Amino acid sequence: MRDMMAITARPEVISLAGGLPDTSTFPPETFAAQMDRIAHSSVAEVLQYGPTEGLESMRSQIVAVMGEEGTRVDATDVTVTTGGQQAIDLITKALIDPGDILICDAPTYPGAIPTFCSYEADVIQIECDGDGMRIDLLEETLAELAAGGRRPKFIYSVPTFQNPGGVTLSLERRRRLVEIARENEILVVEDNPYGLLRYEGESLPTLYSLDGGSYVVYLGTFSKILSAGLRIGWIVAPTPIREKVVLGKQAADLCTSTLTQHFAAQYFKDGRWLDYVDDLIGVYRSRRDAMLGAMSEYFPHGATWTRPEGGLFVWATMPEVINTEDLLAKALTKSVAFVPGTSAYVDGRGTSSMRLNFSGVTEDRIIEGIRRIGEAAGEQMFLYETMTGEMRLPPLDSDGGAG
Amino acid sequence: MKVALLQGGRSLERGVSLRSGSRVTEALLDLGHEVEPMDLGPDLVSRLQTFDPEVAFIALHGTEGEDGTVQALLELLGIPHTGPGVAACQRCMDKSLAKYIFRENGIPTPDWVTYSEASIRDFGAASTFPRALETVGLPLVAKPASQGSSLGVKVVTSESELPAALMTALSYDDRALLETWISGRELAVSVLGDEVLPTVEAIPTGSNAYDFEARYEIGGAEFVCPAELGDGSAEEVTRVALEAYEALGCSGFSRVDLILGDEGPQVLEVNAIPGLTETSLLPQAAEAAGVGFDEMVEKILRLAL
Repeated sequence: MRDMMAITARPEVISLAGGLPDTSTFPPETFAAQMDRIAHSSVAEVLQYGPTEGLESMRSQIVAVMGEEGTRVDATDVTVTTGGQQAIDLITKALIDPGDILICDAPTYPGAIPTFCSYEADVIQIECDGDGMRIDLLEETLAELAAGGRRPKFIYSVPTFQNPGGVTLSLERRRRLVEIARENEILVVEDNPYGLLRYEGESLPTLYSLDGGSYVVYLGTFSKILSAGLRIGWIVAPTPIREKVVLGKQAADLCTSTLTQHFAAQYFKDGRWLDYVDDLIGVYRSRRDAMLGAMSEYFPHGATWTRPEGGLFVWATMPEVINTEDLLAKALTKSVAFVPGTSAYVDGRGTSSMRLNFSGVTEDRIIEGIRRIGEAAGEQMFLYETMTGEMRLPPLDSDGGAG
Repeated sequence: MKVALLQGGRSLERGVSLRSGSRVTEALLDLGHEVEPMDLGPDLVSRLQTFDPEVAFIALHGTEGEDGTVQALLELLGIPHTGPGVAACQRCMDKSLAKYIFRENGIPTPDWVTYSEASIRDFGAASTFPRALETVGLPLVAKPASQGSSLGVKVVTSESELPAALMTALSYDDRALLETWISGRELAVSVLGDEVLPTVEAIPTGSNAYDFEARYEIGGAEFVCPAELGDGSAEEVTRVALEAYEALGCSGFSRVDLILGDEGPQVLEVNAIPGLTETSLLPQAAEAAGVGFDEMVEKILRLAL
């Protein structure tokens, strides 16, 4: 499968497989102004190593950005990381010994799975619905584990505009999750790359803000609201965990690029970053709408999908006779790519599902890409129907998600 | 020599091809050649004409690179190329055609039937499935007629699994084979010029004998070269493999995949342009014959001229 994805790098391929922010609208003059200022004031510093925890100026701006989402944190609890991916890696390295249980969403962020597996975590995935992780199932799982004398090291979740599901954990479930964490003294790792990219609806408090930072560790990133190329993410964790994280980071790369930290710290200090986020929201909202509209038009009867209020992804599930890895092969011959659902599970589930990204591709290409995927799926279903003389369609229901 | 190194392409095996290409490029440079790596794209012909190579090294796998498309273009441009010619590539790429040729030449190959998507979709071919099952038996292997690696390959152990397996295979090509599953040892015989290299045996490490995909993952199979075969078997395997190579008209190099079961070796397919990464089977076999990677690349290049 991974080898097949090599084709997506070709220019003719419409890739709905990535998770790329659109960086084409970032004002070059803003970029030049930042770099110019660095050139005039801090050349020696940006060419030097920095503290492992991150620059003071960067950490205080992270506190300010999190404040925009209503989350209050102490700058001393913040560790700057080389992108959100390193944040996941470091927290897993700090907390997991081989065989330890780790609970996460089903489906979960595909990029986290190799990390969890490399530290030999025993991963248990809890099913999500339209309101995020099913907390009732989480409680059942915790009870079963407890009965066997076991408990998870932590619960990893992307509660807001989840990758890959696009769903958001409801307020009620957020409260309950935080309670469960307290009652059972289990850490929750809240990964929140997309929280500020809301296209509709009311903002919800982060798990961190509901908990106050006792049992919730927060992972953030600037990849989706500024630049993925700068590679700046962060971890907010209480001291004992933070110390382990810092040790891990020292071993991994000593410090995050001083140059990009300076760039980002100044950029956020200027205070115009919210305008840029607003611009992105406008662009992404239109792209999401284009994708959802095209899916309604071109996806086969029986397909369902989420309707994200923010973030970068739609999660679609085809009628069960369709295997999305096979569908991907067919789609690639039509020069369009997506992420097959199985990559969001550790146990082979998700065979009929797919993750579709709408942030990195223009609207006309999104529509054309969805049309081609729909066409490929239609061809497969017609063939299957011909072979079996039956269509295994789920009954029509009002909340099937199909728009 | 001026060598155009063709790699990448648009097939599902682009990733493998890029790895083959970069390893071969390294070898060609070490050997002192002037190398221009080229991907397939709208500028291919103009780049070839501008660079004006003495020879093209084809490190492409799968559709367009291994099926005669690129070879025909190079032959038209008068550029000698590595590996088999157009017709041999087409015969290798079409597993069904290759098997018909094996049969005509008395080369053992498992029983099979071929279905096209069109015949199932438009001509009611699904009603012939019981007949196909009679011919082929269970378990059977469903595979696309023209893909490399394990792409789209599924083992069918009961009748009810057939439609899904065919749908998988037909997602990778518009024709699919249903082939009798032969239980036996999996062997690969590489031919380099007029030399048959030592046989490689792939021993799956997973517990599921039917899981083809696992076999192509790292650690999914162990490779033994030269394979430990009895004298009689070794000779027969080599003879049958060479017959298959010649029957399809291969030249330069290629790899023949066989199964050694109770009834002796049976040929499954011939790969016109097998993988050329350090860990691929042809380089492993060459190594076992005392031919290092660079020397192998030089030989392949010389055979093209």
